[in-house]
Amino acid sequence: MIEVENISKAYGETRAVQDVSLSVEAGELFGLIGPDGAGKTTLFKILVTLLLPDAGRATVAGRDVVKDFRALRSMVGYMPGRFSLYPDLSVEENLHFFATVFGTTIAANYNLIREIYVQLEPFKNRRAGALSGGMKQKLALCCALIHKPEVLFLDEPTTGVDAVSRKEFWEMLGSLKKRGLTILVSTPYMDEASLCDRIALMQTGKLLAIDTPSGVEKLFKKPLFAVKANDTYRLIQDLRQAPFTITCYAFGEFLHLTTRDGFSEQQIAHYLAERQHQAVEIRPIEAGIEDSFMDLMQHG
Amino acid sequence: MIYIITTWFAPSSIHRSSLLIMQRILYMIEKEFKQLRRNKVLLRMMLAAPVMQLILLAYAANFEVKNLKIAIVDQDHTTYAQRLAGKFRYAERRQIGNFLFQGYLPNSKSAYEELLAGRADLVLIIPPHFERDLGKENQASVQLLVNAIDGTKGGIASGYAQTIIRDFNLAIRTENIDFDAGSLAGLNVTNQYWYNPRLEYKTFMVPGILFELMLLIGGMIAALNIVREKEIGTQEQLNVTPIKKHEFILGKLTPFVIIGLIQFTLGLVVGRFLFQIPIEGSLLLIYGFAFLFMLLSVGLGLLISAISDTQQQAMFVVFFCLVIFILLSGLFSSTQDMPQWAQYLNLLNPLKYIIEVGRNVLLKGSTLRDMQSQFFTLLGMAIALIGLASWRYRKTV
Repeated sequence: MIEVENISKAYGETRAVQDVSLSVEAGELFGLIGPDGAGKTTLFKILVTLLLPDAGRATVAGRDVVKDFRALRSMVGYMPGRFSLYPDLSVEENLHFFATVFGTTIAANYNLIREIYVQLEPFKNRRAGALSGGMKQKLALCCALIHKPEVLFLDEPTTGVDAVSRKEFWEMLGSLKKRGLTILVSTPYMDEASLCDRIALMQTGKLLAIDTPSGVEKLFKKPLFAVKANDTYRLIQDLRQAPFTITCYAFGEFLHLTTRDGFSEQQIAHYLAERQHQAVEIRPIEAGIEDSFMDLMQHG
Repeated sequence: MIYIITTWFAPSSIHRSSLLIMQRILYMIEKEFKQLRRNKVLLRMMLAAPVMQLILLAYAANFEVKNLKIAIVDQDHTTYAQRLAGKFRYAERRQIGNFLFQGYLPNSKSAYEELLAGRADLVLIIPPHFERDLGKENQASVQLLVNAIDGTKGGIASGYAQTIIRDFNLAIRTENIDFDAGSLAGLNVTNQYWYNPRLEYKTFMVPGILFELMLLIGGMIAALNIVREKEIGTQEQLNVTPIKKHEFILGKLTPFVIIGLIQFTLGLVVGRFLFQIPIEGSLLLIYGFAFLFMLLSVGLGLLISAISDTQQQAMFVVFFCLVIFILLSGLFSSTQDMPQWAQYLNLLNPLKYIIEVGRNVLLKGSTLRDMQSQFFTLLGMAIALIGLASWRYRKTV
């Protein structure tokens, strides 16, 4: 449904997207994961015909993003990272406006947005600018869906949204996917990656890996331990100097420690005991997406 | 039996798509008015602006020189000196000059003080032996001190004073030589002022202000409105929709043209009924020009919005253009008195042409034939601006 071949885009000296290729199947929920400044938004803008690529070609729903941009525009739904609706128009007016602009009506495609819109309905006369963050984002999703697009592009839809709304939002994406929509979503949150069918890890304009979430986890081959002690700050300092350590990062209350092959929990415990760490917990763990991503960022 | 089967496929699809485009543009316009209605501050300002500006500029900021404060130093204390002073003291009754007599001063030193302190605009010094010299030598001089910081005002004040002194001169000469002033050789000039017989400053200003305001609305409000769409990101959102460039531009232009014409009407009504501005020419013609000028103004706004990324930038560019346009336009001072280079610059000033049109059509009753060079210039400018703006308004970066 989306084919990207060797797309590059630079802003002056900054090479925002470098030689990116990927392919998204019809009906897939595809995640583009990466930190701020990775080039996700630039790639999105190229795919929704807002930017011209410097090199490479891309098609969405079989249409070239450069040559067939006009036809493509009525086939894609785009929700930018920043809230981009009229704050001085009401919920209903915003929706009506975008429906009219696309040459359709709210009624014609109501079944597609019904599930989401029922939550907004009590506020339909409220100005969009006065909505809460979660509500704004639901409205933006409705506006992006109102013309029944084939492909939905969501650029960091959950950034700055509370945990409950984030969960709800991903549930909505799940039900949209069931209706056969192809969805490309970008996020800086690793925990959301596991909710996608496939993900691409992106950093400084390059793709590091494209795989299913479990496939990405399996890319991580080294021994991994979760370590915890009373004094986390001193623990991280000491572990980073240990002879067996490759990397050591804080992951919530635990530290994730990557070691060279052939070191056991006992050896780590012994090393920490020598340095007077209290209440030490060490257990080997399976790598998550974030571990893989951190590893790829280092060596990828 | 003949069945006529007509296939309407092509025509109906054309019909449907053009209907769709119409709907789209109409809704753009409707949206614009909705937003404007909710922007209470802007709405009030736009309605209050023409009335306020007309009242302020026409009544307060005018160039009519009135209430000149005059003080007199009489060092002669004779009948002639008294009579000359009296001419100034009672000048207001004789409809010549507009002097406010401040009083007598003892000497020229105190006259300087009065001028410095701003308590007098001009001081008349009648020297000692004024009457004697006038009688014996048939000539005498008086000194007139004029505060000329404001050159125009100083010039006019001095002109008024000289007229009074000349009057006085003529009077005493006829008394002494004993013949009738009327038989003196000389031309008696009587002025008749056409098109603005009472030399009303308001009559001169109002047509200009009407159009200056339209440029403000078209240029400033339209530019800021479009740049705002860029700032809040709706521009980008619209760019992913199938809406076409010209549809967007048309949807944006139309509301401001309508608003501009409403404002023009408001200003015209105020001008006609509050200031008794004559409307000599055709109302249709003046509205035709107003419409054309509004297109031009909105075109300018559109061009500015296309080259600005933020409202701040747009605001400054508009301000820069407007100030130059207004100062050079002939709204306040005659364009023909400007230096040559400024007159060349003025060839590009739309406000200059439309103010000429406004004054000529409203006050003189000029016809389209009289105004055709202005018409074609303004038309050309409007087409150029809208064309340039549309070209610059690239949807895809």
